[in-house]
Amino acid sequence: MSECILSARGLSKTYRQRSGRFGFGANVIKALDNVSIDLKQGATLGIVGESGSGKSTLARCLLQLLPLDAGEVQFEGRNLALLSGAQLRIARRHLQMVFQDPFASLNPRMKVAEIVGEGLVIHGLGDADERREKIKRMLQRVGLSVEDMDKFPHQFSGGQRQRIGIARALVLEPKVVVCDEPVSALDVSIQAQILLLLKELQQEMGLSYLFISHDLRVVRHIADEVAVMHCGRVVEQGTVEAIYAHPHVEYTQNLLNAIPGRHRLAGATV
Amino acid sequence: MNGTTELLRVDGLSIVPMARRDMLLVNDVSFTLAAGRTTCIVGESGSGKSLTALALMGLLPPALQRLTGRVMFHGNDLTAYSSTQMQDVRGKRIGMIFQEPMTSLNPVLNVSYQIGESLTVHLGLTGKALQTRVAALLEQVGIAAERAGSYPDELSGGQRQRVMIAMSIACEPAMLIADEPTTALDVTVQAQILALLAELKSRMNMGMLFITHDFGVVADIADDVAVMFRGQIVEMGAVDKVLGSPQHPYTRALLDCVPDVEGKKPLKPIDYAWLNEVAA
Repeated sequence: MSECILSARGLSKTYRQRSGRFGFGANVIKALDNVSIDLKQGATLGIVGESGSGKSTLARCLLQLLPLDAGEVQFEGRNLALLSGAQLRIARRHLQMVFQDPFASLNPRMKVAEIVGEGLVIHGLGDADERREKIKRMLQRVGLSVEDMDKFPHQFSGGQRQRIGIARALVLEPKVVVCDEPVSALDVSIQAQILLLLKELQQEMGLSYLFISHDLRVVRHIADEVAVMHCGRVVEQGTVEAIYAHPHVEYTQNLLNAIPGRHRLAGATV
Repeated sequence: MNGTTELLRVDGLSIVPMARRDMLLVNDVSFTLAAGRTTCIVGESGSGKSLTALALMGLLPPALQRLTGRVMFHGNDLTAYSSTQMQDVRGKRIGMIFQEPMTSLNPVLNVSYQIGESLTVHLGLTGKALQTRVAALLEQVGIAAERAGSYPDELSGGQRQRVMIAMSIACEPAMLIADEPTTALDVTVQAQILALLAELKSRMNMGMLFITHDFGVVADIADDVAVMFRGQIVEMGAVDKVLGSPQHPYTRALLDCVPDVEGKKPLKPIDYAWLNEVAA
């Protein structure tokens, strides 16, 4: 059993939604309801659930991008909420994120080298030459070329943009990467490429992934453990093998049954 | 496909950009669709699957042009139709559903108006008769009739796609074109929408042309499948045959990158260099 690099205890988060006549009323939505998870060093924890189940709120709360109502997040044994602004900035270098939409998550006015290098500048890592060298190596590692450094995001396909997003997160040599639906906007063929790239990089760099997805086929291939979320709660948690073979909760069974082509494709392929 | 009514026959369809008539975006595509059957066109982004669908409806972007090919629908060549004649086909005899349920509905009009529009235009329904028909359509696609006054932003992605389906089947078309209708949806909602489409297809005996990049979806919904690669159909046949013993290397490669849920099969991205060699 390897040690936990990121653990969350009793996370709760509510949103208020205006309702009723003129919006004077308010509905309280429990986006997270007493959620506890553990991410082990070097492992991948998959978070699965439908839209609105609280997956993305969980990701944002873990990285302290949203304030929590209750609960605490420990990164390498330290409570993130108790860190000062400066300390939190330092910790954030090691907590990076890859986003779902490869079109919306890259600034269209910045060149690729600027996008990937921005974190290095913010964290004051290396001088200009060293930074350029790092950016170059990272881009090559994710399958892009040196010439791509001076291009703009619109010159790339969806899959290539997701590679840029991955390079941006990994150039800082983080410890934990939160991947929020990183392949759900991509074609299955591109999806396979990106998943394999993420796996290789995890091995090389010793990364720990929190991998958020609604697609259980994808999670099966990348995660070691899975937490199933429904209405802000973790309803089931365990190793991938155990959950996929013997789901205990009806909600998990429904998710598994919804996988397209599940029965017909099994054993059909070479 | 013997014994069933042939609805659509596409013959040697080729599409090129106006500016570069040697660049074949869709290259000599031919297939047929029968009433009550679903044909899937499967391929990656840029393979020409959506262009093929748009060309059938006469909706190609102005910069593109149909170079060759005929689109026979009920024995009539749609490519010879005038734009006024095509208006009578679109929405009335051929329904359409698009990928983005967020952008294909008008945000300032309520659901009942948007569904009713084609009924008024094509069938001249108004007033009470129109209301009754809209309510029946909403019920058919699984939305409570009380939601008729709702606006698109008050509906979930799955519900919006149901509204799109209600619009597309409003005039009881003989054929439905669905271009990646579930790609933007969660897997559970996707399963519901696929089930709904299959049910409507059988009940109304429609022919359905279903476009997707996901072989998992193909396995769930298709009777026949055509695999498109770089503008050409590289393999075509009954779904069990294509899934069970894929003949073309591209079909096998595309099947290999669908993650299997048992996790037994390693993920294999498409090796394009190798495909180029095989093709050459």
